[in-house]
Amino acid sequence: MARKSKSEAVLPVLQKVPTSIRGLDEITGGGLPKGRPTLFYGSAGSGKTLMSIEFLVRGATEFNEPGVFMSFEETEKELTTNVGSLGFNLKSLIDSRKLLIDHVAIERSEIEETGEYDLEGLFVRLNSAIDSIKAKRVVLDTIEVLYAGLSNTGIIRAELRRLFTWLKTKGVTTIVTGERGGETMLTRHGLEEYVSDCVIFLDNRITQELSTRRLRIVKYRGSAHSTNEFPFLIDEMGLSVLPVTMVKLDYPVSEGRVPSGIPRLDSMLDGRGYIEGSAILVSGMVGTGKTSLAASLVDAACRRGQRCLYFAFEESEGQIVRNMRSVGIDLEPWIKKGLLRFHATRVSEQGLEKHLLIIQQECNKYQPSIVIVDALTDFITLGAVNEVRQMVLRIVDFFKMRQITALFTSMSARAELEETGVGLSSAFDTWIHMVNVQGNQERNRTMVIVKSRGMAHSNQVREFVLTDNGIELADIYVSPAGAFMGSARLAQIASDEAADVVRKEGLSARERQLVEKRRALKARIAAMEAEFEAEAKESEVVIAEERARETVLTAGQKAMGNHRGRERRVQKGKQGK
Amino acid sequence: MNKVTGPKYGNAKQAEEWKLRLFVTDWAPRCIVAYRNLTRICQENIENRCNIEVVDILERPEAAREQQIVAVPTLLKLSPEPRRVLVGDFSNTERVLKGLDVGRWTKG
Repeated sequence: MARKSKSEAVLPVLQKVPTSIRGLDEITGGGLPKGRPTLFYGSAGSGKTLMSIEFLVRGATEFNEPGVFMSFEETEKELTTNVGSLGFNLKSLIDSRKLLIDHVAIERSEIEETGEYDLEGLFVRLNSAIDSIKAKRVVLDTIEVLYAGLSNTGIIRAELRRLFTWLKTKGVTTIVTGERGGETMLTRHGLEEYVSDCVIFLDNRITQELSTRRLRIVKYRGSAHSTNEFPFLIDEMGLSVLPVTMVKLDYPVSEGRVPSGIPRLDSMLDGRGYIEGSAILVSGMVGTGKTSLAASLVDAACRRGQRCLYFAFEESEGQIVRNMRSVGIDLEPWIKKGLLRFHATRVSEQGLEKHLLIIQQECNKYQPSIVIVDALTDFITLGAVNEVRQMVLRIVDFFKMRQITALFTSMSARAELEETGVGLSSAFDTWIHMVNVQGNQERNRTMVIVKSRGMAHSNQVREFVLTDNGIELADIYVSPAGAFMGSARLAQIASDEAADVVRKEGLSARERQLVEKRRALKARIAAMEAEFEAEAKESEVVIAEERARETVLTAGQKAMGNHRGRERRVQKGKQGK
Repeated sequence: MNKVTGPKYGNAKQAEEWKLRLFVTDWAPRCIVAYRNLTRICQENIENRCNIEVVDILERPEAAREQQIVAVPTLLKLSPEPRRVLVGDFSNTERVLKGLDVGRWTKG
């Protein structure tokens, strides 16, 4: 025990103050350095003020740490109005003495500098503000305005240095915001000279006409931190930083199964359907039936009473409902029951990060068991392939963390398997590929399970038939003449059946012939037997006659023999004696 | 911006009194220097026709907030109009006189 405390004394750990800004604590490893100033810098409109005010609001509402906001640009009223759109009620916080806003206005045109001065006025105001509400958090936004209001930069510089030292001794966690500087300096007036503990850069970049806010930790003294750029968002819930690369592969796994709504497909998938909480990719070209496959999963889930969330990026809710009705899947009752919810937007309405956030928010709000993203490929237009890939990975991981079974449709321009899924196939557990096969003046839908982790799945290509009663999977008809599907399959089956009839008839004719022949043979045998019988009888008669004659003869001979024999016996007797 | 209600330039009517408010932090050395400089300038240039109110913002920090005091010492010229803010220790007499509009109100 004593040893442990000794080692703790040897290695003091930098204490951090959680910001509670979604994602920021994750990438800073716990928040901002406690009792020290942090610099947020970036160009105009990069979200510095909002981020710093959220720091105060979260501190006041979640950690009961009052905060002072010293604004050099906006008045209290302006600020209150501006952040009202983020859902922050500054007025109630001010009334409950959790927040104090001091607007510092310096009008250079009114000021005559007559000699040496210091910024003790600022110190006094800040000090009294901190003390009056026992503030733990302070924001100075944007202190560089002093340079515009006062001409003696030497004094300002010296006073700022003194201010930051004083803030440290005061023990408040401070955020200082600054404008982005030129080539040599991070900020316009070199604030980074004084604030050396933690520097965070905010950026608002426009790529392909969509603006993306980004955040990067430039430095964080005494703490391990992520050096990557992270996109962040400002919406009605405040800020959220999305740690794209902070994806951990440690989500829970399930053994449960989710029937696909198509019995035949279930039987192909080990007989039980998709794995619960897995990510399913349905790829294929236009019109291969991807949406129908998704809709049948939704339909089946709603039948079981599970909640589904459908993110549609190509069609509106009404369109999907109507179109699915035409293949015998009626989604409308599920919408009315509240089991199915659509979220239909055009992808181009928001940037990638915003979409990701919306998906997360909707899932948090609605708590679905099954989510459909239709179609994933629409995101490709929103950014570089790498960004899209990261974002898709993030979505997939998010669903897996939540044990949500997610089905993504993906359009592939080409039929090649490798072209589908934004090169992301490894993120998905089950991959169903749909191909339209053209031949015999018609197109036929086929599907095959490319992979399905964790189960024995069928490797057969199935014909995917959209009927009025839903989806049916048909075996592809394989005959010695080749593989057939669609009407060719039906034709081939018919012609094969006809040939079969002919063949069967031929066979029975042969059989009849054989019977006939056998009968003929038997008749002949009978005739021959009869003939033989006749002959035999004749012969018997002859034989009998002959016998009779023979008997007579032998009788004569006997008589003669007897006669002779007597003589011979006499002779024998004579000889014997 | 309030319209200046004073004599037109060239009108030799003199102002009655300068109403000034000096913000200091206790009796910090710079503030003492400033006070001395200010009273000297007033004596020499406007014949003491000035009323200097001294506010210690350490005692009344809310006053600093209300009057937007950042630098210390700061002198507010409340009257005659227009309102001006003078910061510094008043070691530059010329600038103090300019800031107090002395020339305009005393000379023709």
